Amino acid sequence: MLGKLLVSCRKAAGRTPGQPARRQRSPYNRRVASSVFIDRATVIGANGNVIVRDISLRIDPGESVAVIGRSGAGKTTLLRLLNGLATPSSGTAIIDGLPLGEPGLAERRRRIGTILQAPALFPHRTVFENVATVPRLLGWPDERIRRTSAELLDRLDMPFDRFAGRFPRSLSGGEQQRVGIARAMVAAPPLLLCDEPFSALDPIVRRDLQDAFVALRDGGDVTLLFVTHDVAEALRVARRIVLVDGGAIVADLPSADFVRSAHPLIHRFLDAARMPEAS
Amino acid sequence: MSDLTSEIVHATAQHLLIVGVAMLVAIAAGIPIGIACVRNRRSGRVVLRLIDMIQTIPSLALFGFLIPLPLIGGIGIRTAIVALILYSLLPVVRNTVTGIAGVDPLIVEAATALGMTERQRLMRIELPLALPSIFGGIRIATVIAIGVATIAAAVGGGGLGTLIFRGVAMVDSTRILAGALPAAALAVAADLLFGALERLAARRLGV
Repeated sequence: MLGKLLVSCRKAAGRTPGQPARRQRSPYNRRVASSVFIDRATVIGANGNVIVRDISLRIDPGESVAVIGRSGAGKTTLLRLLNGLATPSSGTAIIDGLPLGEPGLAERRRRIGTILQAPALFPHRTVFENVATVPRLLGWPDERIRRTSAELLDRLDMPFDRFAGRFPRSLSGGEQQRVGIARAMVAAPPLLLCDEPFSALDPIVRRDLQDAFVALRDGGDVTLLFVTHDVAEALRVARRIVLVDGGAIVADLPSADFVRSAHPLIHRFLDAARMPEAS
Repeated sequence: MSDLTSEIVHATAQHLLIVGVAMLVAIAAGIPIGIACVRNRRSGRVVLRLIDMIQTIPSLALFGFLIPLPLIGGIGIRTAIVALILYSLLPVVRNTVTGIAGVDPLIVEAATALGMTERQRLMRIELPLALPSIFGGIRIATVIAIGVATIAAAVGGGGLGTLIFRGVAMVDSTRILAGALPAAALAVAADLLFGALERLAARRLGV
Protein backbone atom coordinates (compact mmCIF):
# COMPACT_ATOMS: atom_id res chain seq x y z
CA MET A 1 0.00 0.00 0.00
CA LEU A 2 2.60 2.45 1.16
CA GLY A 3 4.89 1.15 -1.57
CA LYS A 4 2.35 1.86 -4.25
CA LEU A 5 1.96 5.32 -2.82
CA LEU A 6 5.71 5.83 -2.99
CA VAL A 7 5.77 4.68 -6.58
CA SER A 8 3.00 6.98 -7.61
CA CYS A 9 4.81 9.86 -5.88
CA ARG A 10 7.96 9.10 -7.87
CA LYS A 11 5.95 8.89 -11.05
CA ALA A 12 4.34 12.21 -10.25
CA ALA A 13 7.80 13.65 -9.77
CA GLY A 14 8.54 12.72 -13.37
CA ARG A 15 10.73 9.68 -12.96
CA THR A 16 10.33 6.92 -15.48
CA PRO A 17 10.10 3.35 -14.21
CA GLY A 18 13.27 1.34 -14.65
CA GLN A 19 15.35 4.40 -13.97
CA PRO A 20 16.68 4.13 -10.42
CA ALA A 21 15.74 7.16 -8.42
CA ARG A 22 19.22 8.15 -7.30
CA ARG A 23 22.70 7.22 -8.41
CA GLN A 24 23.33 8.75 -11.73
CA ARG A 25 27.06 8.62 -11.23
CA SER A 26 29.40 5.65 -11.03
CA PRO A 27 29.14 3.74 -7.77
CA TYR A 28 32.64 4.41 -6.53
CA ASN A 29 32.35 8.16 -6.71
CA ARG A 30 29.15 8.43 -4.82
CA ARG A 31 26.51 5.99 -3.80
CA VAL A 32 23.52 5.86 -1.59
CA ALA A 33 22.40 2.73 0.18
CA SER A 34 19.13 1.24 -1.00
CA SER A 35 15.84 1.34 0.79
CA VAL A 36 13.96 -1.93 0.87
CA PHE A 37 10.28 -2.58 1.37
CA ILE A 38 8.53 -5.89 1.12
CA ASP A 39 4.85 -5.13 0.97
CA ARG A 40 2.54 -7.96 2.09
CA ALA A 41 4.22 -10.56 -0.08
CA THR A 42 3.07 -14.15 -0.31
CA VAL A 43 5.13 -16.77 -2.09
CA ILE A 44 3.71 -20.13 -3.06
CA GLY A 45 6.05 -23.01 -3.81
CA ALA A 46 6.02 -25.32 -6.81
CA ASN A 47 3.93 -27.91 -4.99
CA GLY A 48 1.33 -25.36 -3.94
CA ASN A 49 2.30 -24.86 -0.31
CA VAL A 50 2.73 -21.37 1.07
CA ILE A 51 6.38 -20.57 1.79
CA VAL A 52 5.97 -17.03 3.11
CA ARG A 53 2.59 -15.61 3.90
CA ASP A 54 1.64 -11.96 3.73
CA ILE A 55 5.05 -10.80 4.90
CA SER A 56 6.03 -7.12 5.24
CA LEU A 57 9.46 -5.77 6.01
CA ARG A 58 10.93 -2.31 5.75
CA ILE A 59 14.67 -1.70 5.79
CA ASP A 60 16.03 1.82 5.79
CA PRO A 61 19.08 2.82 3.73
CA GLY A 62 22.29 1.75 5.45
CA GLU A 63 20.64 -0.66 7.87
CA SER A 64 22.09 -4.12 8.44
CA VAL A 65 19.48 -6.76 9.11
CA ALA A 66 20.00 -10.41 9.89
CA VAL A 67 17.20 -12.84 9.19
CA ILE A 68 17.30 -15.92 11.36
CA GLY A 69 15.02 -18.88 11.61
CA ARG A 70 14.98 -22.63 11.45
CA SER A 71 15.44 -24.57 8.24
CA GLY A 72 12.39 -24.21 6.03
CA ALA A 73 11.11 -21.16 7.89
CA GLY A 74 11.14 -19.05 4.73
CA LYS A 75 14.37 -17.06 5.30
CA THR A 76 15.85 -17.80 1.92
CA THR A 77 12.58 -17.06 0.14
CA LEU A 78 12.40 -13.72 1.92
CA LEU A 79 15.85 -12.91 0.54
CA ARG A 80 15.00 -14.18 -2.92
CA LEU A 81 12.05 -11.82 -3.07
CA LEU A 82 14.60 -9.01 -3.11
CA ASN A 83 16.54 -10.12 -6.18
CA GLY A 84 13.59 -11.42 -8.13
CA LEU A 85 14.57 -15.08 -7.84
CA ALA A 86 11.28 -15.60 -6.02
CA THR A 87 8.14 -14.06 -7.45
CA PRO A 88 5.37 -13.17 -5.04
CA SER A 89 1.91 -14.43 -5.92
CA SER A 90 0.57 -11.35 -4.19
CA GLY A 91 2.26 -8.27 -2.78
CA THR A 92 5.46 -6.63 -4.02
CA ALA A 93 9.12 -6.22 -3.27
CA ILE A 94 10.15 -2.61 -3.63
CA ILE A 95 13.72 -1.38 -3.82
CA ASP A 96 14.45 2.33 -3.91
CA GLY A 97 10.79 2.99 -4.41
CA LEU A 98 10.46 0.83 -7.51
CA PRO A 99 8.72 -2.55 -7.53
CA LEU A 100 11.04 -5.33 -8.63
CA GLY A 101 10.02 -7.06 -11.84
CA GLU A 102 10.21 -7.14 -15.60
CA PRO A 103 11.17 -5.33 -17.67
CA GLY A 104 14.67 -4.44 -16.63
CA LEU A 105 15.05 -6.99 -13.85
CA ALA A 106 18.43 -8.24 -15.09
CA GLU A 107 19.77 -4.67 -15.23
CA ARG A 108 18.55 -3.94 -11.71
CA ARG A 109 20.14 -7.12 -10.37
CA ARG A 110 23.55 -5.73 -11.35
CA ARG A 111 23.04 -3.16 -8.61
CA ILE A 112 22.10 -5.80 -6.04
CA GLY A 113 24.94 -7.90 -4.65
CA THR A 114 23.99 -11.50 -3.92
CA ILE A 115 26.19 -13.94 -2.01
CA LEU A 116 24.87 -17.47 -1.88
CA GLN A 117 25.68 -20.36 0.42
CA ALA A 118 27.46 -22.23 -2.34
CA PRO A 119 29.77 -19.69 -3.97
CA ALA A 120 28.73 -21.21 -7.35
CA LEU A 121 31.72 -19.70 -9.11
CA PHE A 122 31.80 -20.09 -12.88
CA PRO A 123 34.14 -23.08 -13.28
CA HIS A 124 35.30 -22.12 -16.78
CA ARG A 125 36.39 -18.67 -15.72
CA THR A 126 39.42 -17.55 -13.75
CA VAL A 127 39.19 -15.82 -10.39
CA PHE A 128 39.60 -12.46 -12.09
CA GLU A 129 36.98 -13.21 -14.74
CA ASN A 130 34.55 -14.33 -12.04
CA VAL A 131 35.05 -11.12 -10.11
CA ALA A 132 34.82 -9.07 -13.28
CA THR A 133 31.36 -10.45 -14.17
CA VAL A 134 29.20 -7.54 -13.02
CA PRO A 135 31.59 -4.75 -14.02
CA ARG A 136 31.70 -6.25 -17.51
CA LEU A 137 27.91 -6.34 -17.64
CA LEU A 138 27.95 -2.71 -16.57
CA GLY A 139 30.41 -1.88 -19.33
CA TRP A 140 33.23 -0.59 -17.18
CA PRO A 141 36.54 0.08 -18.94
CA ASP A 142 39.07 -2.77 -18.54
CA GLU A 143 41.54 -0.72 -16.59
CA ARG A 144 38.96 0.14 -13.96
CA ILE A 145 37.71 -3.45 -13.71
CA ARG A 146 41.27 -4.62 -13.12
CA ARG A 147 42.09 -1.98 -10.55
CA THR A 148 38.87 -2.42 -8.57
CA SER A 149 39.04 -6.23 -8.62
CA ALA A 150 42.67 -6.21 -7.53
CA GLU A 151 41.94 -3.81 -4.70
CA LEU A 152 39.04 -5.87 -3.41
CA LEU A 153 40.75 -9.26 -3.70
CA ASP A 154 43.78 -7.85 -1.88
CA ARG A 155 41.53 -6.67 0.93
CA LEU A 156 39.99 -10.13 1.14
CA ASP A 157 43.46 -11.57 1.66
CA MET A 158 43.63 -13.06 -1.84
CA PRO A 159 46.67 -11.34 -3.39
CA PHE A 160 45.64 -10.48 -6.92
CA ASP A 161 48.97 -11.44 -8.49
CA ARG A 162 48.74 -14.92 -7.04
CA PHE A 163 45.06 -15.67 -7.53
CA ALA A 164 43.80 -13.71 -10.54
CA GLY A 165 44.65 -16.36 -13.13
CA ARG A 166 43.61 -19.40 -11.14
CA PHE A 167 40.49 -21.45 -11.73
CA PRO A 168 37.90 -22.03 -9.00
CA ARG A 169 38.58 -25.76 -8.80
CA SER A 170 42.10 -25.07 -7.52
CA LEU A 171 40.83 -23.01 -4.57
CA SER A 172 39.84 -24.10 -1.06
CA GLY A 173 36.25 -23.65 0.12
CA GLY A 174 37.16 -20.50 2.04
CA GLU A 175 39.02 -19.04 -0.93
CA GLN A 176 36.09 -19.80 -3.22
CA GLN A 177 33.70 -18.00 -0.92
CA ARG A 178 36.06 -15.01 -0.78
CA VAL A 179 35.89 -14.87 -4.57
CA GLY A 180 32.10 -15.15 -4.28
CA ILE A 181 32.08 -12.17 -1.93
CA ALA A 182 34.34 -10.19 -4.24
CA ARG A 183 32.17 -11.06 -7.23
CA ALA A 184 29.06 -9.78 -5.43
CA MET A 185 30.66 -6.63 -4.03
CA VAL A 186 33.07 -5.45 -6.72
CA ALA A 187 30.64 -2.99 -8.28
CA ALA A 188 29.80 -1.62 -4.82
CA PRO A 189 26.09 -2.45 -4.88
CA PRO A 190 23.93 -0.30 -2.61
CA LEU A 191 22.07 -3.43 -1.51
CA LEU A 192 23.74 -6.63 -0.42
CA LEU A 193 21.87 -9.91 0.05
CA CYS A 194 23.65 -12.80 1.77
CA ASP A 195 22.18 -16.28 2.07
CA GLU A 196 24.11 -18.23 4.70
CA PRO A 197 27.35 -17.43 2.91
CA PHE A 198 29.64 -18.88 5.56
CA SER A 199 27.72 -21.89 6.80
CA ALA A 200 29.73 -24.45 4.83
CA LEU A 201 33.08 -23.22 6.12
CA ASP A 202 35.12 -24.37 9.07
CA PRO A 203 34.69 -22.18 12.19
CA ILE A 204 38.04 -20.43 11.95
CA VAL A 205 37.70 -19.55 8.27
CA ARG A 206 34.12 -18.53 9.01
CA ARG A 207 35.25 -16.15 11.70
CA ASP A 208 37.95 -14.66 9.44
CA LEU A 209 35.44 -14.10 6.70
CA GLN A 210 32.86 -12.57 9.03
CA ASP A 211 35.47 -10.04 10.13
CA ALA A 212 36.53 -9.31 6.56
CA PHE A 213 32.90 -8.98 5.58
CA VAL A 214 32.06 -6.58 8.42
CA ALA A 215 35.04 -4.42 7.47
CA LEU A 216 33.84 -4.28 3.87
CA ARG A 217 30.32 -3.48 4.98
CA ASP A 218 31.54 -0.65 7.17
CA GLY A 219 33.67 0.70 4.34
CA GLY A 220 30.70 1.61 2.19
CA ASP A 221 27.21 2.90 2.27
CA VAL A 222 25.24 -0.30 1.89
CA THR A 223 22.00 -1.85 3.03
CA LEU A 224 22.50 -5.41 4.18
CA LEU A 225 20.14 -8.35 4.46
CA PHE A 226 21.93 -11.37 5.89
CA VAL A 227 20.23 -14.76 6.20
CA THR A 228 21.73 -17.17 8.70
CA HIS A 229 20.74 -19.76 11.27
CA ASP A 230 23.71 -18.92 13.44
CA VAL A 231 22.76 -16.41 16.15
CA ALA A 232 26.37 -15.46 16.89
CA GLU A 233 26.90 -14.68 13.23
CA ALA A 234 23.69 -12.64 13.11
CA LEU A 235 24.82 -10.57 16.10
CA ARG A 236 28.22 -10.05 14.54
CA VAL A 237 27.11 -8.81 11.13
CA ALA A 238 23.81 -7.05 11.82
CA ARG A 239 22.37 -4.44 14.14
CA ARG A 240 18.81 -5.61 13.72
CA ILE A 241 17.51 -9.15 13.82
CA VAL A 242 14.38 -10.48 12.21
CA LEU A 243 13.14 -13.88 13.31
CA VAL A 244 11.17 -15.85 10.74
CA ASP A 245 9.09 -18.88 11.59
CA GLY A 246 6.51 -20.74 9.53
CA GLY A 247 6.68 -18.20 6.70
CA ALA A 248 5.97 -15.17 8.89
CA ILE A 249 8.02 -12.64 10.83
CA VAL A 250 7.59 -13.41 14.52
CA ALA A 251 10.11 -10.94 15.95
CA ASP A 252 11.93 -7.86 14.68
CA LEU A 253 14.33 -6.34 17.18
CA PRO A 254 17.54 -4.36 17.47
CA SER A 255 20.29 -6.87 18.23
CA ALA A 256 20.79 -5.43 21.72
CA ASP A 257 17.16 -6.19 22.57
CA PHE A 258 17.25 -9.51 20.82
CA VAL A 259 19.63 -11.09 23.32
CA ARG A 260 17.36 -10.01 26.18
CA SER A 261 14.10 -11.06 24.56
CA ALA A 262 11.77 -13.38 26.39
CA HIS A 263 10.32 -14.76 23.15
CA PRO A 264 10.39 -18.57 23.51
CA LEU A 265 11.85 -19.25 20.06
CA ILE A 266 14.54 -16.59 20.52
CA HIS A 267 15.28 -18.17 23.84
CA ARG A 268 15.80 -21.53 22.20
CA PHE A 269 18.08 -20.00 19.58
CA LEU A 270 20.21 -18.26 22.20
CA ASP A 271 20.28 -21.37 24.32
CA ALA A 272 21.41 -23.50 21.39
CA ALA A 273 24.21 -21.05 20.64
CA ARG A 274 25.60 -21.03 24.18
CA MET A 275 28.96 -22.63 24.72
CA PRO A 276 28.52 -25.82 26.78
CA GLU A 277 30.44 -26.65 29.94
CA ALA A 278 33.30 -29.04 29.30
CA SER A 279 32.14 -32.51 30.29
CA MET B 1 49.63 -43.64 -59.50
CA SER B 2 47.61 -46.74 -60.37
CA ASP B 3 44.00 -46.50 -61.40
CA LEU B 4 42.75 -47.94 -58.12
CA THR B 5 44.83 -45.59 -56.01
CA SER B 6 43.60 -42.51 -57.80
CA GLU B 7 40.10 -43.86 -57.54
CA ILE B 8 40.50 -44.30 -53.76
CA VAL B 9 41.87 -40.77 -53.37
CA HIS B 10 39.01 -39.34 -55.40
CA ALA B 11 36.36 -41.32 -53.54
CA THR B 12 37.84 -40.41 -50.15
CA ALA B 13 37.78 -36.73 -51.02
CA GLN B 14 34.19 -37.00 -52.15
CA HIS B 15 33.30 -38.91 -48.99
CA LEU B 16 34.85 -36.21 -46.83
CA LEU B 17 32.99 -33.54 -48.77
CA ILE B 18 29.60 -35.22 -48.27
CA VAL B 19 30.18 -35.87 -44.57
CA GLY B 20 31.76 -32.45 -44.01
CA VAL B 21 28.90 -30.49 -45.57
CA ALA B 22 26.30 -32.62 -43.80
CA MET B 23 28.01 -32.19 -40.43
CA LEU B 24 28.37 -28.42 -40.85
CA VAL B 25 24.64 -28.11 -41.51
CA ALA B 26 23.73 -30.57 -38.75
CA ILE B 27 25.83 -28.62 -36.22
CA ALA B 28 24.57 -25.24 -37.39
CA ALA B 29 20.97 -26.43 -37.10
CA GLY B 30 21.31 -28.92 -34.27
CA ILE B 31 22.76 -26.65 -31.59
CA PRO B 32 20.03 -23.96 -31.96
CA ILE B 33 17.36 -26.69 -32.06
CA GLY B 34 18.85 -28.15 -28.89
CA ILE B 35 18.81 -24.73 -27.20
CA ALA B 36 15.18 -24.23 -28.24
CA CYS B 37 14.30 -27.67 -26.86
CA VAL B 38 15.75 -26.72 -23.46
CA ARG B 39 13.91 -23.40 -23.46
CA ASN B 40 10.51 -24.91 -24.26
CA ARG B 41 10.46 -28.21 -22.44
CA ARG B 42 7.13 -29.41 -23.74
CA SER B 43 7.52 -28.74 -27.46
CA GLY B 44 11.18 -29.71 -27.03
CA ARG B 45 10.15 -33.23 -26.10
CA VAL B 46 8.02 -33.49 -29.24
CA VAL B 47 10.86 -32.28 -31.44
CA LEU B 48 13.29 -34.73 -29.85
CA ARG B 49 10.86 -37.58 -30.38
CA LEU B 50 10.52 -36.59 -34.03
CA ILE B 51 14.27 -36.49 -34.57
CA ASP B 52 14.47 -39.78 -32.71
CA MET B 53 12.06 -41.32 -35.20
CA ILE B 54 14.17 -40.29 -38.20
CA GLN B 55 17.01 -42.23 -36.64
CA THR B 56 14.97 -45.44 -36.68
CA ILE B 57 14.44 -45.37 -40.45
CA PRO B 58 16.91 -47.81 -42.04
CA SER B 59 19.44 -45.74 -43.93
CA LEU B 60 18.90 -47.42 -47.28
CA ALA B 61 15.15 -46.80 -46.95
CA LEU B 62 15.72 -43.15 -46.03
CA PHE B 63 17.83 -42.65 -49.16
CA GLY B 64 15.04 -44.28 -51.11
CA PHE B 65 12.36 -42.08 -49.59
CA LEU B 66 14.30 -38.96 -50.51
CA ILE B 67 14.74 -39.78 -54.20
CA PRO B 68 11.22 -38.79 -55.34
CA LEU B 69 11.17 -35.55 -53.31
CA PRO B 70 11.54 -32.34 -55.32
CA LEU B 71 14.44 -29.95 -54.57
CA ILE B 72 16.09 -32.02 -51.84
CA GLY B 73 15.78 -35.43 -53.45
CA GLY B 74 16.76 -37.01 -56.72
CA ILE B 75 19.77 -39.08 -57.67
CA GLY B 76 23.12 -37.70 -56.61
CA ILE B 77 25.17 -36.04 -53.95
CA ARG B 78 22.38 -33.75 -52.75
CA THR B 79 20.18 -36.59 -51.54
CA ALA B 80 23.15 -38.13 -49.77
CA ILE B 81 23.87 -34.91 -47.90
CA VAL B 82 20.23 -34.39 -46.89
CA ALA B 83 19.98 -37.93 -45.51
CA LEU B 84 23.21 -37.54 -43.55
CA ILE B 85 22.01 -34.25 -42.06
CA LEU B 86 18.84 -35.95 -40.87
CA TYR B 87 20.88 -38.75 -39.27
CA SER B 88 23.42 -36.46 -37.66
CA LEU B 89 20.83 -34.17 -36.12
CA LEU B 90 19.88 -36.46 -33.25
CA PRO B 91 23.25 -36.81 -31.47
CA VAL B 92 23.94 -33.08 -31.85
CA VAL B 93 20.52 -31.97 -30.60
CA ARG B 94 20.34 -34.54 -27.83
CA ASN B 95 23.81 -33.76 -26.48
CA THR B 96 23.16 -30.02 -26.63
CA VAL B 97 20.04 -30.57 -24.53
CA THR B 98 21.85 -32.88 -22.10
CA GLY B 99 24.79 -30.49 -21.84
CA ILE B 100 22.73 -27.41 -21.07
CA ALA B 101 20.30 -29.21 -18.77
CA GLY B 102 23.28 -30.68 -16.94
CA VAL B 103 24.76 -27.32 -15.93
CA ASP B 104 24.69 -26.97 -12.13
CA PRO B 105 21.46 -25.06 -11.32
CA LEU B 106 23.29 -23.14 -8.60
CA ILE B 107 25.68 -21.76 -11.21
CA VAL B 108 22.78 -20.78 -13.46
CA GLU B 109 21.12 -19.11 -10.48
CA ALA B 110 24.31 -17.23 -9.63
CA ALA B 111 24.51 -15.95 -13.20
CA THR B 112 20.91 -14.79 -13.00
CA ALA B 113 21.40 -13.16 -9.62
CA LEU B 114 24.42 -11.24 -10.92
CA GLY B 115 22.25 -9.66 -13.59
CA MET B 116 22.86 -11.62 -16.77
CA THR B 117 20.03 -11.62 -19.26
CA GLU B 118 18.84 -14.98 -20.53
CA ARG B 119 20.92 -14.59 -23.67
CA GLN B 120 24.06 -13.56 -21.80
CA ARG B 121 23.61 -16.51 -19.48
CA LEU B 122 23.29 -18.86 -22.44
CA MET B 123 26.31 -17.54 -24.32
CA ARG B 124 28.64 -16.97 -21.37
CA ILE B 125 27.74 -19.73 -18.96
CA GLU B 126 25.46 -22.48 -20.25
CA LEU B 127 26.92 -23.12 -23.73
CA PRO B 128 30.57 -23.03 -22.61
CA LEU B 129 29.77 -25.45 -19.81
CA ALA B 130 27.82 -27.70 -22.19
CA LEU B 131 30.72 -27.80 -24.66
CA PRO B 132 32.17 -31.20 -23.68
CA SER B 133 28.76 -32.77 -24.15
CA ILE B 134 28.19 -30.97 -27.46
CA PHE B 135 31.58 -32.11 -28.78
CA GLY B 136 30.60 -35.63 -27.72
CA GLY B 137 27.45 -35.36 -29.84
CA ILE B 138 29.41 -34.09 -32.83
CA ARG B 139 31.86 -36.97 -32.43
CA ILE B 140 29.13 -39.60 -32.44
CA ALA B 141 27.28 -37.93 -35.31
CA THR B 142 30.43 -37.73 -37.45
CA VAL B 143 31.39 -41.35 -36.89
CA ILE B 144 27.87 -42.48 -37.80
CA ALA B 145 27.78 -40.17 -40.84
CA ILE B 146 31.04 -41.55 -42.18
CA GLY B 147 29.60 -45.05 -42.02
CA VAL B 148 26.19 -44.23 -43.41
CA ALA B 149 27.74 -42.19 -46.22
CA THR B 150 29.05 -45.42 -47.78
CA ILE B 151 25.44 -46.35 -48.50
CA ALA B 152 24.94 -43.03 -50.28
CA ALA B 153 26.54 -44.59 -53.34
CA ALA B 154 23.31 -46.52 -53.80
CA VAL B 155 21.56 -43.28 -54.75
CA GLY B 156 24.47 -42.01 -56.79
CA GLY B 157 25.93 -40.00 -53.94
CA GLY B 158 29.48 -41.04 -54.70
CA GLY B 159 32.13 -41.47 -52.05
CA LEU B 160 33.84 -44.59 -50.80
CA GLY B 161 30.60 -46.55 -51.07
CA THR B 162 31.02 -46.53 -54.85
CA LEU B 163 34.08 -48.75 -54.50
CA ILE B 164 32.32 -51.06 -52.06
CA PHE B 165 29.21 -51.47 -54.22
CA ARG B 166 31.34 -52.12 -57.29
CA GLY B 167 33.43 -54.61 -55.35
CA VAL B 168 30.30 -56.44 -54.20
CA ALA B 169 28.93 -56.53 -57.74
CA MET B 170 32.23 -57.84 -59.15
CA VAL B 171 32.84 -60.17 -56.19
CA ASP B 172 36.19 -58.39 -55.85
CA SER B 173 37.22 -58.20 -52.20
CA THR B 174 40.20 -55.96 -53.02
CA ARG B 175 37.80 -53.33 -54.26
CA ILE B 176 35.51 -53.75 -51.24
CA LEU B 177 38.50 -53.24 -48.97
CA ALA B 178 39.63 -50.25 -51.04
CA GLY B 179 36.37 -48.59 -50.02
CA ALA B 180 35.90 -50.06 -46.55
CA LEU B 181 39.39 -49.48 -45.15
CA PRO B 182 39.59 -45.73 -45.87
CA ALA B 183 36.05 -45.33 -44.51
CA ALA B 184 37.03 -47.08 -41.31
CA ALA B 185 40.20 -45.01 -41.06
CA LEU B 186 38.20 -41.80 -41.49
CA ALA B 187 35.79 -42.86 -38.74
CA VAL B 188 38.61 -43.66 -36.35
CA ALA B 189 40.34 -40.35 -37.16
CA ALA B 190 37.13 -38.39 -36.54
CA ASP B 191 36.57 -40.26 -33.31
CA LEU B 192 40.06 -39.40 -32.09
CA LEU B 193 39.88 -35.76 -33.18
CA PHE B 194 36.53 -34.94 -31.57
CA GLY B 195 37.33 -37.12 -28.58
CA ALA B 196 40.42 -34.97 -28.01
CA LEU B 197 38.34 -31.79 -28.32
CA GLU B 198 35.82 -33.22 -25.88
CA ARG B 199 38.53 -33.98 -23.33
CA LEU B 200 40.18 -30.61 -23.88
CA ALA B 201 36.92 -28.78 -23.17
CA ALA B 202 36.24 -30.98 -20.16
CA ARG B 203 39.71 -30.43 -18.75
CA ARG B 204 39.31 -26.69 -19.05
CA LEU B 205 36.14 -27.00 -16.99
CA GLY B 206 37.87 -29.23 -14.48
CA VAL B 207 35.42 -32.09 -14.75
